[in-house]
Amino acid sequence: MRWLLLLLTKGFLCVWLAALPMLSQAEDADSNEGDSAAEEVFNFDEAVKGLDTKSYKVKGKKIQGIALSGHEKALDVLMPLSEGNLFAVKETGVIVEGIKEDSLYTVTDILSGEKIGQLKKKALRKIRINNKLRRQLRGLMAMLELTHPDDAVRLAAADNIIKSPTESMLPFLAQAIEKEEVSAIKDSMIIAQGIIWTTSDVTETRFKGVEAIGAHPHQAVKGALLRVLQKDEEGNYLEPNAYIIEAAEKGLLEYERQENVYKLIENLFFGLSAGSVLLLAAVGLAITFGVMGVINMAHGEMIMLGAYTTFVVQQLMPNSIEYSLFVAIPAAFIVSGLFGIAIERGVIRYLYGRPLETLLATFGISLILQQLVRSIFSPLNRAVITPEWMSGSWHVNGMLSLTYNRIYIVIFSVMVFVGLILLLKRTHFGLQMRAVTLNRPMASSMGIRTGWVDALTFGLGSGIAGIAGVAISQLTNVGPNLGQSYIIDSFMVVVFGGVGNLFGTLFGAMSLGIINKFAEPWTGAVLAKILILVAIILFIQRRPRGMFALKGRFVEA
Amino acid sequence: MTQHKKNWLKKAAAAATACTLSLSASMAIAADTIKVGVLHSLSGTMAISETTLKDTVLMMVEEQNKKGGLLGKKLEPVVVDPASNWPLFAEKTRELLEKEKVDVIFGCWTSVSRKSVLPVIEELNGLMFYPVQYEGEESSKNVFYTGAAPNQQAIPAVDYLMKDEGVKRWVLAGTDYVYPRTTNKILESYLKAKGVKAGDIMINYTPFGHSDWQTIVSDIKKFGSAGKKTAVVSTINGDANVPFYKELANQGISAEDIPVVAFSVGEEELSGFDTSPLVGHLAAWNYFQSVENDVNESFIKKWHGFTKDKKRVTNDPMEATYIGFKMWAKAVEKAGTTDVDKVRSNIYGVTVANLTGGKAKMLPNHHITKPVLIGEIQEDGQFDVVWETDGAVPGDAWTDFLPESAKIVSNWKDPKVACGNYNTETKKCSGQNY
Amino acid sequence: MTSIPKGPMLKFLTEDAGGKRLLIALAVLTVAVPFFNLAVPESSAFHVSTYTVALLGKYLCYGLLALAVDLIWGYCGILSLGHGAFFALGGYAMGMYLMRQIGDRGVYGNPLLPDFMVFLNWTELPWYWYGFDSFLFAMVMVALVPGLLAFLFGYLAFRSRVTGVYLSIITQALTYALMLAFFQNDMGFGGNNGLTDFKDILGFSLQEDSTKVALFAASGVVLILSYILCRYIVASKYGRILVAVRDAESRTRFMGYRVEHYKLFVFMLSAVLAGIAGALYVPQVGIINPGEFAPLYSIEIIIWVAVGGRGFLYGAVIGALVVNYAKTYFTAAFPEIWLFMLGGLFVLTTLFLPRGIVGLASDIKEKMLAKKVQKQADVKDEPVDTLPKASTEV
Repeated sequence: MRWLLLLLTKGFLCVWLAALPMLSQAEDADSNEGDSAAEEVFNFDEAVKGLDTKSYKVKGKKIQGIALSGHEKALDVLMPLSEGNLFAVKETGVIVEGIKEDSLYTVTDILSGEKIGQLKKKALRKIRINNKLRRQLRGLMAMLELTHPDDAVRLAAADNIIKSPTESMLPFLAQAIEKEEVSAIKDSMIIAQGIIWTTSDVTETRFKGVEAIGAHPHQAVKGALLRVLQKDEEGNYLEPNAYIIEAAEKGLLEYERQENVYKLIENLFFGLSAGSVLLLAAVGLAITFGVMGVINMAHGEMIMLGAYTTFVVQQLMPNSIEYSLFVAIPAAFIVSGLFGIAIERGVIRYLYGRPLETLLATFGISLILQQLVRSIFSPLNRAVITPEWMSGSWHVNGMLSLTYNRIYIVIFSVMVFVGLILLLKRTHFGLQMRAVTLNRPMASSMGIRTGWVDALTFGLGSGIAGIAGVAISQLTNVGPNLGQSYIIDSFMVVVFGGVGNLFGTLFGAMSLGIINKFAEPWTGAVLAKILILVAIILFIQRRPRGMFALKGRFVEA
Repeated sequence: MTQHKKNWLKKAAAAATACTLSLSASMAIAADTIKVGVLHSLSGTMAISETTLKDTVLMMVEEQNKKGGLLGKKLEPVVVDPASNWPLFAEKTRELLEKEKVDVIFGCWTSVSRKSVLPVIEELNGLMFYPVQYEGEESSKNVFYTGAAPNQQAIPAVDYLMKDEGVKRWVLAGTDYVYPRTTNKILESYLKAKGVKAGDIMINYTPFGHSDWQTIVSDIKKFGSAGKKTAVVSTINGDANVPFYKELANQGISAEDIPVVAFSVGEEELSGFDTSPLVGHLAAWNYFQSVENDVNESFIKKWHGFTKDKKRVTNDPMEATYIGFKMWAKAVEKAGTTDVDKVRSNIYGVTVANLTGGKAKMLPNHHITKPVLIGEIQEDGQFDVVWETDGAVPGDAWTDFLPESAKIVSNWKDPKVACGNYNTETKKCSGQNY
Repeated sequence: MTSIPKGPMLKFLTEDAGGKRLLIALAVLTVAVPFFNLAVPESSAFHVSTYTVALLGKYLCYGLLALAVDLIWGYCGILSLGHGAFFALGGYAMGMYLMRQIGDRGVYGNPLLPDFMVFLNWTELPWYWYGFDSFLFAMVMVALVPGLLAFLFGYLAFRSRVTGVYLSIITQALTYALMLAFFQNDMGFGGNNGLTDFKDILGFSLQEDSTKVALFAASGVVLILSYILCRYIVASKYGRILVAVRDAESRTRFMGYRVEHYKLFVFMLSAVLAGIAGALYVPQVGIINPGEFAPLYSIEIIIWVAVGGRGFLYGAVIGALVVNYAKTYFTAAFPEIWLFMLGGLFVLTTLFLPRGIVGLASDIKEKMLAKKVQKQADVKDEPVDTLPKASTEV
């Protein structure tokens, strides 16, 4: 898509490219494209051939040259180069673009546009770029995209320039700012311009720069301000002008004030998202352990099964990864749920009333399940792909951005929780389940098939653990040990919240998540966790049955 | 009643003896095979990394047997599972040496497992090849270290970032255990020696398997916005890497802005996730699968054949296992026996072709020479080599960047020293177990 | 010389048939193994290898640990999922002593600081390492540290009447927190690597076979003595109250017993025994690290007890020996699939042997006895003489 847009605007861009050598007089860029190409002494073909070198320094010069040449093929070369699709044919040394198809590369001569055919990887030598060149390419391309017709592309370009600004971009920015009509994009461009100004040699320009960027919420602004306020060994400012220092200090102060506010919001979000992961992991256990009284050590493995189901689903539908999660959620529910029912029917039903023995049996089951996936899927982690819509983050502004995967998981966990509550409170099955929990013999004599309800309840708890596995597969490793990292936390959450109370689990998960994330910046990740564990131990002394304890006679039994 | 009691006494005694006998019944050593012990965890947390190395050793044994074995005898692998349990490593080592009477052991991954094995292998005078990059500060008589020492990985990587990327501000992030601690100590003193100020270094440790990186990545982002080029030097171990990189990508930190150079992330770790958002992040190793070389190609082909999986990747510790195995085989042939002392005295100076070109040579300090490569992650989960050392770098057991360690040298060949930790000030050897 | 009175003094032992057999077997083992290791030449088929000695020594330590757990779980209903913590603390106390014994024989030759402190640039010994150069002090700590922790924890938990799964989960939290803490290098306990590379104990080299055998024998003796102590406690009036607490805590409280005190004492004693087990374990395996605090290991201890038979002290010891032998055997014989077998063992035990191996044995005996009684009754022979009745308190 981007490629197509670039092609469309290429003619226009080439005009700007041609102007590059005459940075001081950007207006002159209106001159005819053909003329500037004719005047050129630089040999485009030679430069392209020159890319096939080991030295990144030489490559960098050639790239600059190609970009400045104004040659109509310039972008045809730079785009595949930045995407890692540019090769040299080993035998002939011809520079080609190679698109991988299965094990072969479909190869096109980059200069003549002639299709060469399919070649093996061995016959090609990749033109490699490193971070430095990638950065250079990013800047050059962003510069060209400043006048792109698509708003989003222009915004991204402006942002890229803010990230890696160089002085040579100034005339382009000035032009683009003049033409820009969307104010948000214009603001970004002005900030980019301001940041570049702050490094100028001219005092007035520097002052203008500091004024322009003010306390704009973007991390690069802070960087620029700090650069202005750099001190030498003796603690004196490098900047000679007192006004500039004063303005920059004012900006920095304001920036930091805003930063603290956003930091708080960000921490709250981190806490909520950590809490919702805990909630997802624990809510299934709240049913099997909290409601049924089974100390289910295999709970973590149910999560693991859900994660592996996600992997299998993605393997089965490699061309529609975007939708794979929607298939994986019910699939994981069914797979883990069926395993749960099988475990209940096969083992646990013989152990009711002996909760501690369920611990032993389910621990054995967890070992078996771990080894099972290790035998089937190998002990290596499996790659679960994150769909496009879950990657990246939502930029609220330059200071605060929230990652999409976490946002979706927060929403998802709430949905699961609400769904579960509705199931328990509003459906016939939920009613039966609660009846069996409260008084088994009575429920049985009312005609409820308690065995059947037990199996389904355990299946439900396990199935929800499976769903949690789908979510967790988007955050961390999918391997045989996945379950073990969540089992202890899950137990803590359920016990902290109060066994047998789903709202307790919700409360427990969220508060532990938030406390953890607020403690972490002060104490570090490990100490935060230790403190939470100690807090739970002490808390249980105060409220021996958790936050929301069930009351009544039957709890003692 | 008394009759009854006596009966029980007899039975108990018989049972006790039977039990001990069955335990101690060591199998008679078959004289016509050479036993190769494989001491890698096949279950527990380390199975993910170590299983691959077990397969590598088995592949090498199979290949050697196809060539007719060693000294006219077939090789026989003895595989045990220390189950990622460190005391069990010591116990299994004793089992391999005393009960199975193996001639050589290939094994261990974590430093703690090696430390656990060390006293046993020194006591029983065994022979072990250790194939993983580690923190150094060790040179045992009975262990050969074919992975990288810090000077063969960390320091060249930092040099590269400083010179080629112009990095001025450093985040040293690691898992809280010995390897990252030592490496970061070395790097910190190295960076300070190069004029980096304390305020430009941020050090962060996380527990094993850390999975919630939101806060730390956000801190790194803030640290990196101080207007100087920033890089992360990561000694984050194994499982914690996937969530770390995912969080980096999601919070929009690209390699162009803040590159991460990792010492524990290889092809195998990357095969566990989608690498498209990670393009450009770096790793420093002594081997990359992507290196084009005939030896490497045939190795990869063999590996695919052995595992019957065309997608299985190769990695640096596999190459180290390969080199260790080849060196041992060469030394055995040179010595004409598998006797540990004779193999040891014959292995110094033995060379084996690296999979990436050049030769690895066994040094008298039990470490080997290695080329250092720096690669950038590509979309297909492989690395593109962007920089490499001119020649091979000799492994240094004792780093020169820690004051206590700088005094110590290791040389097992030189009769004047003949130990692994010779203090050049006191002219004494210390810390030996025999 | 008069013969030992068989009166009520030793009744607690003579009435415990299974325990008696176990004690005899242990005593035989404690004497025979050193003999077959040291006196019998290596070439002989009867030689017990040092590998076996080390292995058996480890099993005995596990047996002691299981005994400690059974004392509180089997007789007082306290299911601790964190007993590994006490075991590890005892182990660390011993490890610190062994570490100090290295002296200047570490790789850096520093006479005061252990190696891991030297290469992390520590300049002085942390205060809590002082005193550990004395064996006596270390031994006091082996008992004191786990005991004190158990006192603090138990005092708080029992006072506020935290029971059942809640108690189990917070014991798990305790060991988990300690694991995370000990993993930290800044704690000064060697971080993930823990303490290792020990040289000698009380001046005897740990590499010598004779030292190993002595440690093995010490483990055997300590296990025997601890067993007798535990047996004495459970057979006393005090033990009966513990069982009452287990079976009906509230009722016992209403009868006027200070349930908390009984629980607290036995919990502390159990923690001390676990600490001693850890102290014996460390010199035999040669390493102590935070992995021992892992909650999963603590669950494993529970499983030993369950497999052996909860509520029979000797059952716990047998369970520890059987499960660990199975583990050793499976990990070597079936390295790829041993977890299936171990997992299967746990599931099958809970399903088919709810009272463990020992429980099964006593069930079978009772059945056979019933048959025999039936037969004899049919024949109308002389009255049956009193055979020891199997303990059935579950």
